[in-house]
Amino acid sequence: MWGSIEVLLSLPAYNVGLILNGLCVGAVFALAAYGLALVWGVMNVKNLAQGEFVIMGGYLAWYIAKTTGMNPLLTLPIVAVLMFVFGWAIYVLMIRRVVDKDLFTSLLATFGLAIVMQQALNLAFGPEVQVAQFGRGSVSMMGGIVSILEIKFWAFGMCILLAGAVVAFMKFSRMGQAIRATSQDARAARVMGINTDRVYAFTYALNSAICGAAGVLVAMIMVIQPYYGVTHSVRSFVIVTAAGIGNLPGVIMSALGLGVIEQYSGFVLGAEFQVATVVVMLLLVLIWRQYQASRIRQVVR
Amino acid sequence: MLLRKLGFSVAAAALSMSVTTAQAKVEGDTIILGSAISLTGKYSTNGIHTQNGYELAAKLINDGGGVTVDGKKYKIKIEYYDDESTPARGAQLAERLIQQDGVEYMLGPYSSGLTKAIAPVTEKYGVPMVEAEGASRSLFTQGYRYLFAVLSTSEQYLASAIDLAAEQAKSTGKDPAELKVALAFENDPFSQDVRAGVMEDAAKHGMQIVIDENLPRDLSDMTPTLIKVKALKPDLLIISGHSKGAATAARQIGEMAIEVPMIALTHCDAAKVTEKFPEASEGFLCATQWSPTLTYSDDLFGSAADFEKLFKETYEGYDAGVPYQSAQAAAAVMVFADAFERANSFDKDKVRDALSATDMMTFYGGIKFAEAGNNIAKPMVLWQIQDNQYQVVAPPKWASHKLVWPRQAAGN
Amino acid sequence: MIATNTNERLLQIAVLAFGLIAPFLFPAYIQQIALLWIMILFALTWDTMGGQMGYNSLGNIFFFGAGMYICAVVQIIVGGYDVGEYTAAFGAIKVDITDTQYFTGLFIGLAAAAVGCVFLSIILGFFFFGLRGPYFAIGTLGIALAAGELIGAWRWVGGGSGISLPLYPGSDIFPGSADEEGLFFYFLCMASAVATFLFFRWLYKTRFGLALNAIRDDEEKAEGMGIHTMRYKTVAWACSSFFLGISGGLHGNIVHFIEPLEVAFPTITFGIFMVAMSLLGGKGTLWGPILGAVLFHVIKEVTWTHLLGWQWVALGLIIIVNVVYFQQGIVGWLMERFPERFGIRVETDATAQGKGGAD
Repeated sequence: MWGSIEVLLSLPAYNVGLILNGLCVGAVFALAAYGLALVWGVMNVKNLAQGEFVIMGGYLAWYIAKTTGMNPLLTLPIVAVLMFVFGWAIYVLMIRRVVDKDLFTSLLATFGLAIVMQQALNLAFGPEVQVAQFGRGSVSMMGGIVSILEIKFWAFGMCILLAGAVVAFMKFSRMGQAIRATSQDARAARVMGINTDRVYAFTYALNSAICGAAGVLVAMIMVIQPYYGVTHSVRSFVIVTAAGIGNLPGVIMSALGLGVIEQYSGFVLGAEFQVATVVVMLLLVLIWRQYQASRIRQVVR
Repeated sequence: MLLRKLGFSVAAAALSMSVTTAQAKVEGDTIILGSAISLTGKYSTNGIHTQNGYELAAKLINDGGGVTVDGKKYKIKIEYYDDESTPARGAQLAERLIQQDGVEYMLGPYSSGLTKAIAPVTEKYGVPMVEAEGASRSLFTQGYRYLFAVLSTSEQYLASAIDLAAEQAKSTGKDPAELKVALAFENDPFSQDVRAGVMEDAAKHGMQIVIDENLPRDLSDMTPTLIKVKALKPDLLIISGHSKGAATAARQIGEMAIEVPMIALTHCDAAKVTEKFPEASEGFLCATQWSPTLTYSDDLFGSAADFEKLFKETYEGYDAGVPYQSAQAAAAVMVFADAFERANSFDKDKVRDALSATDMMTFYGGIKFAEAGNNIAKPMVLWQIQDNQYQVVAPPKWASHKLVWPRQAAGN
Repeated sequence: MIATNTNERLLQIAVLAFGLIAPFLFPAYIQQIALLWIMILFALTWDTMGGQMGYNSLGNIFFFGAGMYICAVVQIIVGGYDVGEYTAAFGAIKVDITDTQYFTGLFIGLAAAAVGCVFLSIILGFFFFGLRGPYFAIGTLGIALAAGELIGAWRWVGGGSGISLPLYPGSDIFPGSADEEGLFFYFLCMASAVATFLFFRWLYKTRFGLALNAIRDDEEKAEGMGIHTMRYKTVAWACSSFFLGISGGLHGNIVHFIEPLEVAFPTITFGIFMVAMSLLGGKGTLWGPILGAVLFHVIKEVTWTHLLGWQWVALGLIIIVNVVYFQQGIVGWLMERFPERFGIRVETDATAQGKGGAD
């Protein structure tokens, strides 16, 4: 551990590699986390199948790229549309009945969904680790010390683009406005003639599409496997819990931060602590939030 | 009243569990072998390789008439349960196979961890188990009498890679003790046992371990580890983490243009790295239990190359090569068939004694069990990926090609 | 709450009789029925939190794993080995301990597991009981996941390579003693499950039980009434973890080989099963979790192994259908349907609505 810190101090150039890598993967985490913040905020559904949506998007991209020979990045719109439809179907089949139930129901129901999806992916695509090859190689910087996949920069750009598109959609489109109205007060929205059921369906489908897009990028910059969804879900929860619901800049900042922290913990503490770091961050964030709350709340103990 | 009814229905349900009475281990003209195998979970890639191996051997033996015991021909049938890659489940399923399904001969699961959980069960009931996928040395120090493994134990996986590195250093006028070694091993029983073996071998040559990482189960990104490799410039990088470890490593080594002169892995073939990452994987050293280029042969499959050909024809998705996991699984079934014929009986203990006296040649190599149950008649070999083909470069006795050193830098 | 009546007495006797006779009647199923007792224990302990108190924990499995490890470490120490050395060998040590060492180790280990888990629950409760609703669920899920990862990095207890536990004396060489070990652990499992049942049955009848229900129904109001909710919550969690710790120690010894991610902290299998079982039977009732555990386990064992890979799809669907369409569970449904059988007085039909269920 101390050896690793020494390396970082004596060869600062390696910090650049860690930070750039961290920011690029963090941007991808931001997408899935934003989707979670959306469904959580608008319809109060805590979607534990978030990571599985990501992985499913990745598999779709991989599969389309493999069968048609397309560049996986170009499959992004197709995957987003497919995942949108998929999300809508899931809403109609189960989420619709979960929306107005108690807090725990959505967690457990989507957990069930996550298990089914993992296994369905395993049965459909096999358990092997897969990668969608972008095929543009890496960018070498600082005399080869830092070498980053070109796709990571593309992913970073894509994330900004997608985030911008979603924000614009929320602000200016009719549906976006309806979504925001529903999230503020579903009853009032209903009174005003908004079909909240359709809004919920659209929100859930939009989340699914965003996750699918994130999955396409994940398939190109990391690797995918049917059982890898859990860490993505946990990451989304860490980010959203830290940032708060309905706070897009906060989600982006925490996501980028988490990306960088993960890289550093992997470097300094060792790869075995990479997942542990994410989970421990979640716990720390929760404890911190609770501490904040307890200063406001007056309770008998 | 109502609760009483409930109680009865529960009892009835429990009773119905016992209706599926234990079948005999030999039904009519069929010998039933049992196996818990990983069809889901983290080991499922290799679980399926293993299952395919078992099935192909059983099919071939049956097509050839079957196993002759006491003048009668018997077919082989294998019953599988999915152990979900978890040792606890594996142990339960072994109990179930033996106690409820009446299985009296077991084939092993995939991975050392699962085998560690199942071996105490088979031992408890005195059920002979021939396993093909549990290489951990600790399996062979417990005095198990009913456990037989056709594969070489884990400390041998990468020993020859270390020796090669040392030789190479000597030939270029360097002292092996100057060599810096980087290790990245998955945190699971098998990989950690391989690591222990590598540490011993490296210590023998006095090499310095500069990186010693444990990789997590859900490994999808090893960038930090590889940045460390870039910074510390080791002479030898060793990675082991089943199929996903090999795939992730191969991919990111290429992407990050890691220029280590010698890189050794396990499970290259099971992860299909030559197919998925042809450029990045060039020059990798890969530990393998078996290679289709070796000259072994038997009457059932023919030569090692014949086995590979038949396997590729039978199963889809193996165009880039047949993993050794499948080969050794097939060999395990052959060992059982051979033992039945020699025991000329279905008595568990007679079969066990016949297994223990096994001394046969197969396409997979010689098989002869030590007292502890491990196979001592077969060496591990080391491949190097040259021009996208697996070529044996060590040990010298089996080498068909010369080592290319340093490996050409991958990527661009 | 179910009043003690003849029906319940009969049911208790029937279950007890089944438990005592089953291992001799169906010797081939000893392990599965032993696991059933553990499942019943899981469901009962989860329900104390999730059903009676309204704190839905997804991480109760943490205490199962912690108990398993505490028990294993104590067993190694009592066996006269140095834990670091023992685990460093990856189970390559041929364990050589006397019978007395084995049994003292096992029982001290189980006791230590129970007490240790109580301590852990008090510490964790201090940090996490301020969380409400989904945050508590996510937080506890995080505890279990983090524990698996961190124990995996802890070399002293074997890290990811796990620990091979000492085998039941005499069972490693002589195959004849198979049933002896099975029976021994079977009765331990049964005893701990029965003890859990009796304890919680008693607990729910006291004022303590009422306080838990008050917290579930409205924690703010309960606080307003002067209930020290934090104390009640902590004690309830401690009770759950006491029994979970024991079950972990037992299960580790039944499997013989423990390892952090899949055996000790199986968050997405046992960790979720306990929730699913309670919900299936009806959370917040005494017999619901038991019924849920029995049904779940029987369905799982009868169909599971024949689905070869599809079992996870089935499991996920069971959870979805259960949660989305059938939330009150079987006993909850029965209570709604036949309230008078449960000693609930119904004046008119209208009041029966919403009597059962837990939300």
